Amino acid sequence: MSELSILGRRLPKVNAWAHLTGSARYADDIRLPRMLYGRLLRSTRPHALIKRIDISRALAYPGVVAVVTGADMPEKMGIMPSTQDETALAVDKVRYVGEPVAGVAALDEDAAYEALSLIDVEYEDLEPIFTIEEALDRDDVKIHDTSKRANVFKEVHLSFGDVEGGFAKADHVREDWFFFEGNTHAPIESHSAVASYDADGKLTLWTSTQVPHYLHREMEKVLGLPRTRIRVIATPNGGAFGGKSDPFGHEFAAALLSMRTKRPVKITLDREEVFYAHRGRHPVKMRIKTGVKKDGEITAVEFQSYLDGGAYASYGIATTYYTGALLTVTYRVPAYKFDGVRVYTNKPPCGPKRGHGTTQPRYAFECQLDKIALDLGLDPIEYRLRILQPANSRTVNELRVTSMGLGECLRALRDRTSWERKRSERTKGKGIGVAGSAYISGAGLPIYWNDMPHSGAEIRIDRGGGVTVMCGTSEIGQGSDNLLAAIAAEALGVYPEDVHVVSGDTSLTPVDLGSYSSRVTMMAGNATKNAGLKLREQLVTVAAEKLGIPADRVNLAYRKVYDLKDPERSMSFVEAANLAEAKYGTLVGAGSYRPPAGIGGNYKGAGVGPTPAYSYQAAVAEVTVDLETGQLTVDKITTAHDCGRALNPVNVEGQVEGSAYMGYGEIVVEEQIFRGGLHKKPSLLDYKLPTSLDTPKLETILIESVDSEGPYGAKEAGEGPLNPVIPAIANAVYDAIGVRFDETPITAEKILDALGKRDNRGITKDRIGPTGLGDGKADPKRAMRRLEASTEARERKKTQV
Amino acid sequence: MTDTKTMLTLRVNGDPHTFAAEPHHTLLEVLREELDLTGTKHGCELGECGACTVLADGVPILSCLTLPQQVAHADITTVEGLARGPQLHPLQTAFAEEGAAQCGYCTPGILLSAKALLDANPRPTRDEIAQAISGNLCRCTGYTAIYEAIEKAAEMSAKAAQHV
Repeated sequence: MSELSILGRRLPKVNAWAHLTGSARYADDIRLPRMLYGRLLRSTRPHALIKRIDISRALAYPGVVAVVTGADMPEKMGIMPSTQDETALAVDKVRYVGEPVAGVAALDEDAAYEALSLIDVEYEDLEPIFTIEEALDRDDVKIHDTSKRANVFKEVHLSFGDVEGGFAKADHVREDWFFFEGNTHAPIESHSAVASYDADGKLTLWTSTQVPHYLHREMEKVLGLPRTRIRVIATPNGGAFGGKSDPFGHEFAAALLSMRTKRPVKITLDREEVFYAHRGRHPVKMRIKTGVKKDGEITAVEFQSYLDGGAYASYGIATTYYTGALLTVTYRVPAYKFDGVRVYTNKPPCGPKRGHGTTQPRYAFECQLDKIALDLGLDPIEYRLRILQPANSRTVNELRVTSMGLGECLRALRDRTSWERKRSERTKGKGIGVAGSAYISGAGLPIYWNDMPHSGAEIRIDRGGGVTVMCGTSEIGQGSDNLLAAIAAEALGVYPEDVHVVSGDTSLTPVDLGSYSSRVTMMAGNATKNAGLKLREQLVTVAAEKLGIPADRVNLAYRKVYDLKDPERSMSFVEAANLAEAKYGTLVGAGSYRPPAGIGGNYKGAGVGPTPAYSYQAAVAEVTVDLETGQLTVDKITTAHDCGRALNPVNVEGQVEGSAYMGYGEIVVEEQIFRGGLHKKPSLLDYKLPTSLDTPKLETILIESVDSEGPYGAKEAGEGPLNPVIPAIANAVYDAIGVRFDETPITAEKILDALGKRDNRGITKDRIGPTGLGDGKADPKRAMRRLEASTEARERKKTQV
Repeated sequence: MTDTKTMLTLRVNGDPHTFAAEPHHTLLEVLREELDLTGTKHGCELGECGACTVLADGVPILSCLTLPQQVAHADITTVEGLARGPQLHPLQTAFAEEGAAQCGYCTPGILLSAKALLDANPRPTRDEIAQAISGNLCRCTGYTAIYEAIEKAAEMSAKAAQHV
């Protein structure tokens, strides 16, 4: 391959101009003629039967045009076909506070909002389940009838290699418990959908979704409308991070309300509703046992995860497997046992958030490795370098590893951060810590079993030399539109600004499975490249004929088609395109990509974990702890990320920095927590997102391992770099004050508690974290009593007013 | 449905607009719904996220907490008014070059906070920049690229001023 002309350069994104002038059209910016405004009524109960819904008063309210309830769309749905346990709006039963129950469409938003209070819902409260322990133990309370044991959603057990023998060989065995608190995506754009059911019997849905193709399938199922009559268009997402990758009630409600009224309907969630839509990071309790030889070589790992899934499945089956799947791809693990269980609780459903299911175990494992390194008297970076999983290898759970740049990441960090000097300076309250990680560049399998491509792209060249690339990807701010333009431009030898991008439209674009699992660069990138190379070949053929040179001497770059030996001998791109169209007819190239076979094992559960290529990354965090106030300040996070090849370094650095920021938020301040089923922080005032003043100094080092599978060598960059930041900060806090934080977040209150200063009794702790699972039997009726008390209080208040 | 609309006049991006709106509707709502200036975004409508920031006589305000009547006599600037005709504001160019807009949703508000900063303080320090945008939440970038873009815009403006 000749030198790259576009890829690798620091170019502005092709869609930046729309973002910077206010002309980008997000879903809520759409306004159609005769459009109605919709709102959803949400459950006020964590667990209750719906005895009766009366919509007559709402329907009579001036301006209200239609009202729908769960009974209008009783079909089960959900992102994973094997675990569909949700309905668009609750039917017969609600399972969390905030679950959508009914939808209203009115002439304006004020009327829709007023009408919600006129929908009469009669509930019969059921005992709620709020903790992992209760969910595991309480056979007498069922959130879903489908749970075979208590409120277990999914249980998985996998074992690889000689685990017992591994521990027997170990010179040193550590066993630790960890707890990772749940948190949420909080994209600045709230979810929004506009549905228009037109006179021709066709429905168009514009929605801020990461997964237009999967949503298309679910729309057919729930609405009973053939897919041929449904068009889903993913609007630019104002941030998503995994939070817009499920089918949501408001999308179906807008569609059904539009079908009923024959008018367009828009439903935009308010900020509080976004916290209920959730699908964020699972709270997970973890036990991890690792055996090592004297030199640190791992002999066996045993890992158990207990996931608090919330009220519905979401991606839970994948999340459960992901907590165990990727622990093996960073360091050599010859024997591995994994047991995972995800339970239902009466809280908003958890799902995939950036790092999906791998963030929590990575935190646990990297914190434990830090302990092991110190137990053995080894430097934490040196230790990790000794035990690296080699490139081009297989893990014990049969995952194929191609390029592997973790070692380079760690070495680069050691140099850049003056690690050895800072590690040796012992100042109480100042600390530095490290962690490594890995992530998938796209899931190896689609969500529903099929043999079709994971991504398809189509490229057209018009007679003026304009290039149009069409692909089903969803632009969520990660830069997927720019990726398509840049790769098409590279393949055809034009500039990205010559490329029109049509993305995320089920009618116009070939299927791409969506912007989740960090799959777009790998899969849509390869599909676009393949499409572009087909057209390139036609252009090369006609140019070779015209220029009278062999085809292998023809190159395309900078809108020119020229002789590599004598670049003066050339023609313009337009001229070549016109010649090609005369020879071949309309210039359309289609390309697709499907991950290769043999990247994973054949056992049950082997579908989660394999990927065409793993990204690798490591982070070093430098922290200061105020010993008087307990305030934790993260001074700097330096992240090194092996992205294969940086197709646009500006964008890759942006993903790495954004990941570091988000990881920082997760361990220092963010938590999605509840009291008696009520979200404690459903606003951006209470659920604190780090501001510019909070966010540490961020530095990024890109490592390019040029992967054999990636398009032009590229791997993912959007998710992996979040993972190491969290344990790196926890390890740095230990370095600063000698306290292990085996649970997140690390709040000032917990630090003061550990330092013996919270209650002034002076009892210090060297560790904050769980010591095991609770038994869940402490006081079974407590939750119910609290719920009754709070309901009574609410009723009293109501009657007083 | 209420029927209490009143006539209002606002001066936005240099143009006078007269329209009818519910008196309880916020500046954010009338900009987006009555004037079709959807470049101004909303992330919470409670004054927590800064996405709806616009300028009133050059001062950043949260349009979700402002009633149009409060700024009836002010010059309002929204993101649509940042460029001068075809000429982009240096902030827009710098944001594109530095990758300071990822999803772009907080961007209009941040651009306006940054414009107010640079108009008052043409060569701000990094701390001053962080302070100026501390009311604008960004969930994508980690703020670093935004700092770099604002610094670059300041430099571009200084260079342009030298050439005049």
